[in-house]
Formats: sequence, C-alpha cells, structure tokens
Amino acid sequence: MENEHIVKSFDEELTQIENMTLEMGGLVETQILESIIALCNRDQELAQKVRLDDKTVDVLESQINDLTLRTLALRQPLATDLRSVICALKVSSNLERIGDYAKNISKRTQVLADIKSVGTAERTIKRMGEMVQKMVADVLDAYIRKDLAMADEIRLRDEEVDYIHNTLFRELLTYMMENPSNITLCMHLLFIARNLERMGDHATGIAEQVHYVVTGSAPEERRPKADKTSHMFVEENHESKE
Amino acid sequence: MNSIVMRENINTMIEHSDFAPENSIISAKNVDVFYGEKQALFNMNLDVVENSVTALIGPSGCGKSTLLRCFNRMNDVIPICHVEGSITLGGQDIHASNVDVVSLRQKVGMVFQKPNPFPKSIYDNIAYGPRIHGMTTSKAELDEVVEKSLKRAGLWDEVKDRLDKLGTGLSGGQQQRLCIARAIAVQPKVILMDEPCSALDPIATATVEELIDELRERFTIIIVTHSMQQAARVSMHTAFFHLGNLVEYGATSDIFTAPKDERTQNYITGRIG
Repeated sequence: MENEHIVKSFDEELTQIENMTLEMGGLVETQILESIIALCNRDQELAQKVRLDDKTVDVLESQINDLTLRTLALRQPLATDLRSVICALKVSSNLERIGDYAKNISKRTQVLADIKSVGTAERTIKRMGEMVQKMVADVLDAYIRKDLAMADEIRLRDEEVDYIHNTLFRELLTYMMENPSNITLCMHLLFIARNLERMGDHATGIAEQVHYVVTGSAPEERRPKADKTSHMFVEENHESKE
Repeated sequence: MNSIVMRENINTMIEHSDFAPENSIISAKNVDVFYGEKQALFNMNLDVVENSVTALIGPSGCGKSTLLRCFNRMNDVIPICHVEGSITLGGQDIHASNVDVVSLRQKVGMVFQKPNPFPKSIYDNIAYGPRIHGMTTSKAELDEVVEKSLKRAGLWDEVKDRLDKLGTGLSGGQQQRLCIARAIAVQPKVILMDEPCSALDPIATATVEELIDELRERFTIIIVTHSMQQAARVSMHTAFFHLGNLVEYGATSDIFTAPKDERTQNYITGRIG
C-alpha cells in the first residue's frame, strides 16, 4: 500500500489480517514438508505433530474469518482494500484445506507404520511434496509482495505437479497388479499423491487471488491442466498364457 | 468452472467502462464553469444515461454540485458565474436563446440537501408546480396529480388524512419525500438531487433510497452524495470528480471494486491522495 489511510487503525487492521494469513501460511508450509518426511521415514511422532498443528491452523483460519468480517462490517472497505480483505478470506480458506490434506497424509502415515516401501513411488512422492511446498512458499511471497508476474508464473507451475501425479498413478497401479499384497500401501500412497495434487490446486487458487488483488480481474488465460488420472483405466487381459 | 464464469462477468464489465452510453438524456460537452476569475470546472464531458441513477462523487469543492446546477441552469442566478461549452437535454441545447428557463426547470427538477417545503399545506406544496405550469384544467385533475405524486413518493398513506396541514410540520424524512413528490408532480424528465439524505437519519435515508430505486423507471436521476456507500447502493453509474476535473466515469460496480485511476482509488478508500 503506497498511500496510508487517513484513519490509521484501518491500515493496522489490514496489516493484521495479512500478517495472520502469512503466519497461517508458514505453518501450513511446515505441515506439508513434515507430513512427507514423516511418511518417508515412517516417523510416527512427526506425523502426530502435523495432526496437532492442524488445530492451530484451524484456529487461525477462524480468527482471520472473524477479523475480515469485522473489517467488512465496520470499515466497509472499497476497491483495493475490499479486494485485499476478500483475498485474505479466500487465501485462508485455501490454506486451511492444504493443512487438512497434510493432516490426512499424516493419518495415512500412521496406518503405514509397519509397511515397507515398494519401488520408487515414495521418492516420487517426496519430490512432489517438495514441489508443492515450494509452490505454497512462493505463492505466499507473491501474496505479500503483490507480485503479479510471480503469481502468474506459479499458477502455471501446477501443470508439473499434475504430470508427476499421472506418473505416480500409473506406477502404483503397476505395483498393485504385480502383487496384491502391495494394495494397502499403494492405495494409501495413491490418496497421498491425490492430496498433494489437490494442494497444488489450492496454491494455484491463491495465485489467482493475488492476480485479482493486483489487477481487479481474474486471470484471462485458462491455465493448463494435466491431471489425466480421472481417465485412466486398467485393461483386463483375457488371453491366457498357456 | 467458477473461474470461467467469473471471467465472463468481468469481460462484460470491462466493456462498460470505456463509457460512452448510447441512450444518454443529458450530454455535457467541453463545459467550463467560472466563478469570476476562478475556474470551477475544466473541459467537462459527461453523458448521463436515461432512466438510470448516476452518482457524482468527489471531495468538497471538486465541482460536482456546480455541474449538477448547470443541468437546470441554477447557476444563472449567481451573477459572477458563467458557463461555457454545450449542455443538451434530449438533444436540445439548454442555453439556446429560445429555451425558457422555467420550462427547463420543469423538465429538470431538483431536490436539495435540506428539505425545503413551502410554508403551505401539504396539498399546496404538490399543487404549486402543476398550477403555475397550467398543467391541469380542473380541481379533480389537480387532486389526482397530488395523490399520484404523493403515492409515487411513498408518502400518500402517511399524509392522506392531513393534506391541509403544513408541509413544514412533517418529519425530516417525510419533508424530503414531500420535496421529491413536489419535484415529480410537474412530470420532469430528470431529477437532480444534491445530497438529499445528508440531513436524514438512517431509516429516512433508506426510505428515500428505496424511492430513488423506484423512481428510476420513470425518471433519470442524478445524485450528488458524500456517502460512498450511498453512491454504491443507489447508482448504476458513478462519476468521480477531483479539482474540477472528471477523473473517472463508469459502471458503479467497477468504480467501487476496481477503479482505474489512482485518484479515484485514494478517494474512495479513504487515503491521502
């Protein structure tokens, strides 16, 4: 905000909303990283921490809700102020969802405690997790700096996450077909990959909000989507190999 | 899917913002206004859309009331004021030599900041205009005009049993609606409102705003207001003035969510510009 409001407490309130959103974002970033580390190392304590952290994230979200509601009612913000308040409301809801997905990964990690990993799937998941965490970190950066170019770039990055998700989907199907005893692990990993893919979508949503705050309109271009998993199927092989 | 729908909406909004309405009723072209040596309006170009509500906003002294007063030549009564440029009403130049100011003001009515009913009965307040313009031929016809005007102003039920009582004895909100009824009694095309609610409480304000919303089907309303929220609530189009210039003019929804000019932005968000 280059210019200050005549009423200073209005500025303070807007800054407070933004700071709370950032605090929430920082917490969610940690959740993503830790949920993946916990999964790969089968670290139950860390998984439990991610689940507990989610409560703090939820509390922050409801505090942001209250504060934005109060600002809307008492200040009746307009133009950029209005857009930034609405943006904080939506960004916090996106972050809350991301936190939920991290929590879900940790729940599944606790189920997988005694199951050994198969193939390279978990390494791929780790890569995907890091990619998503970077997206969230960057998008929060773009949010605080109101950096349009950066937000638009992040929005396009989601395609890469989709590609990895497709690969993982195929890979995990293969393991399950090879050996039915892999099914428990692979099903959970499949959902974990799905969670990460959804996180990427929410990060994209935040990037679109940043675009809206800066320009006053939603992004013009459709963003490329590469998630093909809804169309994938396994063909049954009827030919017997006698 | 949501993002696609939003995009379509915004596209239609963008079309609105380069604003040159086709169905304009009042059109100001290159208007300059001077009070003595001091220039109050600079090269003003504004087309007002028929049957809609247009809000003029801006800080004090920005020229919005001056422009409003140009539309029915109220500035004629200020000796040091002179107006240059052309203002047309329904295509006719209002400064042309054959235009009678009284009949112009019958077509372009005005409601002021402070309710100013005549110190006469409620009935006579409304009947005054139609009488002097010779708009009715019988008592019955005049009665009908009075009733219709009061009904349109949403005041009929409150005053029908005391039409012979003084208009000045009504409450502030009622008085303002009486003034609006008085303005519409002469069947104007345009009603100019100069901060019509600034002396009213929130309930009376809401009644007047509701009235404005109903009146726009038959009349074109131009309203000057200092309340941003009021402009946002009642108007379809908003024009922002600053230091005698028209800074931005467009769909109200655009001006209040995504104004294009930084001065508009600073003013409506309450920043030091």
